[in-house]
Amino acid sequence: MEPVILAADLSIAWPELFVAIGAMCLLMVGAFQGNSSAKMISWLVVVVLFVAGILVIAGPDGHVVGFNSLFVVDEFAAFAKILLLMGAALTLILAMPFNAREGIPQFEFPVLILFAVLGMMMMVSANDLMSLYLGIELQSLSLYVLAAIRRDSMRSAEAGLKYFVLGALSSGIMLYGMTLVYGFAGSTGFDNLAALFADQAHEGAPIGVIVGLVFIIAGLAFKVSAVPFHMWTPDVYEGAPTPITAFFAVAPKIAAMALFVRVMLEPFGDLFDQWQQVIWFIALASMLLGAFAAINQTNIKRLMAYSSIGHMGFVLVGLAAGNQTGAQGVLLYLTIYLFMTVGTFACILAMRRQGRMIEDIDQLAGLSRTNPKMALALAIFMFSMAGIPPLAGFFGKYYVFLAAIQAELYTLVVVGLLSSVVAAFYYLRIVKLMYFDEPLDAFDAPVGREISMIVAGTSVITTLFIFILWPVLNGAATAAAALFAL
Amino acid sequence: MESFPVLSLTIFLPLVGVLFILIVRGDSETVDRNVRYAALWTSVTTFVVSLFLWINFAYTTADFQFVEKHEWIPAFNISYHLGVDGISMFFVLLSTALTPICILASWKSITTRVREYMIAFLILETMMIGTFAALDFVLFYIFFEGVLIPMFIIIGVWGGNRRVYSAFKFFLFTLVGSVLLLAALLALHFEAGTTDIPTLLAMQFPLEMQRWLWLAFFASFAVKLPMWPFHTWLPDAHVEAPTAGSVILAGVLLKMGGYGFLRFSIPMLPLASEQFTPLIYTLSIIAIIYTSLVALAQEDMKKLIAYSSVAHMGFVTIGIFTATQQGIQGGIFQMLSHGIISAALFLCVGVIYDRIHSRDIARYGGLVERMPKYAFVFMIFMLGSVGLPGTSGFIGEFLVLAGAFQDNTWVALLATTGIILGAAYMLYLYRRVIFGKLEKADLKNILDLEPREIAIFAPLIVLVLWMGLWPQPFLDVMDASVTNLLQNYQAALSAAGNIAVVGR
Repeated sequence: MEPVILAADLSIAWPELFVAIGAMCLLMVGAFQGNSSAKMISWLVVVVLFVAGILVIAGPDGHVVGFNSLFVVDEFAAFAKILLLMGAALTLILAMPFNAREGIPQFEFPVLILFAVLGMMMMVSANDLMSLYLGIELQSLSLYVLAAIRRDSMRSAEAGLKYFVLGALSSGIMLYGMTLVYGFAGSTGFDNLAALFADQAHEGAPIGVIVGLVFIIAGLAFKVSAVPFHMWTPDVYEGAPTPITAFFAVAPKIAAMALFVRVMLEPFGDLFDQWQQVIWFIALASMLLGAFAAINQTNIKRLMAYSSIGHMGFVLVGLAAGNQTGAQGVLLYLTIYLFMTVGTFACILAMRRQGRMIEDIDQLAGLSRTNPKMALALAIFMFSMAGIPPLAGFFGKYYVFLAAIQAELYTLVVVGLLSSVVAAFYYLRIVKLMYFDEPLDAFDAPVGREISMIVAGTSVITTLFIFILWPVLNGAATAAAALFAL
Repeated sequence: MESFPVLSLTIFLPLVGVLFILIVRGDSETVDRNVRYAALWTSVTTFVVSLFLWINFAYTTADFQFVEKHEWIPAFNISYHLGVDGISMFFVLLSTALTPICILASWKSITTRVREYMIAFLILETMMIGTFAALDFVLFYIFFEGVLIPMFIIIGVWGGNRRVYSAFKFFLFTLVGSVLLLAALLALHFEAGTTDIPTLLAMQFPLEMQRWLWLAFFASFAVKLPMWPFHTWLPDAHVEAPTAGSVILAGVLLKMGGYGFLRFSIPMLPLASEQFTPLIYTLSIIAIIYTSLVALAQEDMKKLIAYSSVAHMGFVTIGIFTATQQGIQGGIFQMLSHGIISAALFLCVGVIYDRIHSRDIARYGGLVERMPKYAFVFMIFMLGSVGLPGTSGFIGEFLVLAGAFQDNTWVALLATTGIILGAAYMLYLYRRVIFGKLEKADLKNILDLEPREIAIFAPLIVLVLWMGLWPQPFLDVMDASVTNLLQNYQAALSAAGNIAVVGR
């Protein structure tokens, strides 16, 4: 390869390069300085994420591919990267006081998050099945370790192991699907695949490709924890340390969903008729399971796991629509989901009594008397997740369902909306506990400056989302248009 | 008036009050007192501002007035569009008038978490006014749904023993209806490419689509109104809500359903409305007769009034769907009149509930001996509810029945039996509570109305009598808009009829 071309290739991957170099440098710093430097490294990781975000924004306009079409940068990738960088930075900030207190001193923690983020950025920018897999594995391996980072805790180790076994299985299935696609289509590049299927559109794709596609969908559905590949989610959410759960709930979900959308719409866009029914089903099943299975949960982390399954179902409705409004709705929903989820987990992290973490939902009883501000914030997040206007969650649902109406998926719309009523029941139950019931002992105070600020910030954004809806929607529109420009 | 955003001011003034309430500091007694005054003054100011709407109202036009339009999400043709016409103007006034009354009524009965209570009420006021003033469907839906949050909190925190059950039932029932409305809204948005209500009003939709949309609208508005058999949340919510919560629920929230039928179902979906009129008639008549009979058997005062609300709302739906000038004007008038009378009746229950802490009819009797003023006030509203000539209730029911008679005599006949039953259960209630022997020991020391309570009831009495004796100013406001609504409705029907004839 000519050096000139290499320089051009490198120039579009500045954010990824920066994160990779940053991660390795910080790993060295940690290795030499030991665990005492964990806090400093954490803050440096936040700085790296922030700078990477700026580099993403400063990146090239339009659709640029590099590294022999393995890697793509466009508005869609940029939008998703900004979201996942924000999610990672916010959850890392949440994790710092927790780690200091609960005895997770390892400096590897922030570094692993940085590696995971690198994998996610790679996923979002993948333009080839190979680079896609590379990104997914880099991400997943970091996440397996993070889930089990509390080596001496049975729950944490179990969560990590479970996540690893099931995750490896799903990666294997996806890889098998990719080989099938490669075998029948003769290429792994997204551009080649798209061109090939566009030619074959009238005669239909070979059956091997369809089987491979279904396997790929199964693997991706696992990563976004959509039904029926959701079983790991509640256990891992419950077992992993809470800040890790917060991280799991946000950044990897956003990255995997963005990847899902790109894979479905770009290389396999012309096989829409074949995959639409599959996505239709997993969206429907996720919404329903997310709504019904959460009702009986008593552990707030498990509840959030089912809640996130439900949310992913709603997001997948936008994908099932398969049109530009749908992709736009997906991005808008993910943005809103980011703020709601980070805020909720910040509240969960503040649930401590006598120095111990509380995860039982009933322990929230009477929070509106003992800690009115936190109760208000959590109530805002719950109402928003239930999709009650004027809060942010409503607008996410509005746009994915608008896309579904455009695609004439009426059953999906009606069942989805009704399942949101069922889901409203358990969100309301939390509000009921906080506002209607008699108070228990107060949670430990103070909750910490970082947590308070994140709770305040995200709840204000969730409440006043009306005012920033238009710019976010505009950004999402540009990003979605990038997917359909080719 | 284009330049002065009086509607936005009315909508968001209560939120300014909320900000004031949030910054009140001091010991708890001072805070409670200051919060009450802040809420009262905010709501009174809002009411005064909203009076400008009536004073500057142009009677001759059917167009929307005080219009404000700003771009919000231009790519999807969603805008911040406000305005009122002859149909919605009084509902805005009803909301702004009842809120200060509610705040006064809660002055002494709410002693815990006063700050949160007043905040909830002021947010509720914003949402209510917004619902009636919105001229964009998405904006309408945001306000319409947003009402649920403060009301859920009001019932659940300050309600009676079964408040949790009632709050959930209220929220979830309404939400089921609302999400179907949302589905219809999405379909309209996609079909028309805009959510601007005046634009949507001018469009024609195919019959098949109208049917589905109509049913989705119906699901939401029939729950909200409520119509039989979707009314079961109402008695629970009313019984458990604090007095002021019941007042707002009966006075304003129920009217959102009727307003929805008038603003959306009839003008946007005329063909489907025409087809489904028999369904509405049937359900309304069942509501009127059945719930009146149920009311007759109630032991709980609030429950009795709640069931009477369902019956009275039956008249409203009949009036609206007669699609005659009298019927629709009567329906609107009946909603306003019921908004005042039922609110006042709940306040009447609240007065004795504050003293004795019971809503059981059997706990009372002979109150006239100790509480003559109260007996008088209660009598006026009781008679208003019965529909005695000279009260506002009479005008509403009479116009509705006059409209119904033109359309279908059987409907008129059956609906009239509801008036008789209404007289029966209200007079029976009045006899048991006010007359009879004063036997219970604790009733012997019960105190009559205090000045604050008189101040609450006085404006309501004036309104009931004014609307009953001289309804013309109210009807004049509606006239142009209703005429226009009917013209468009008839034009749409005859256009569809012509197509059908040509098609043959």
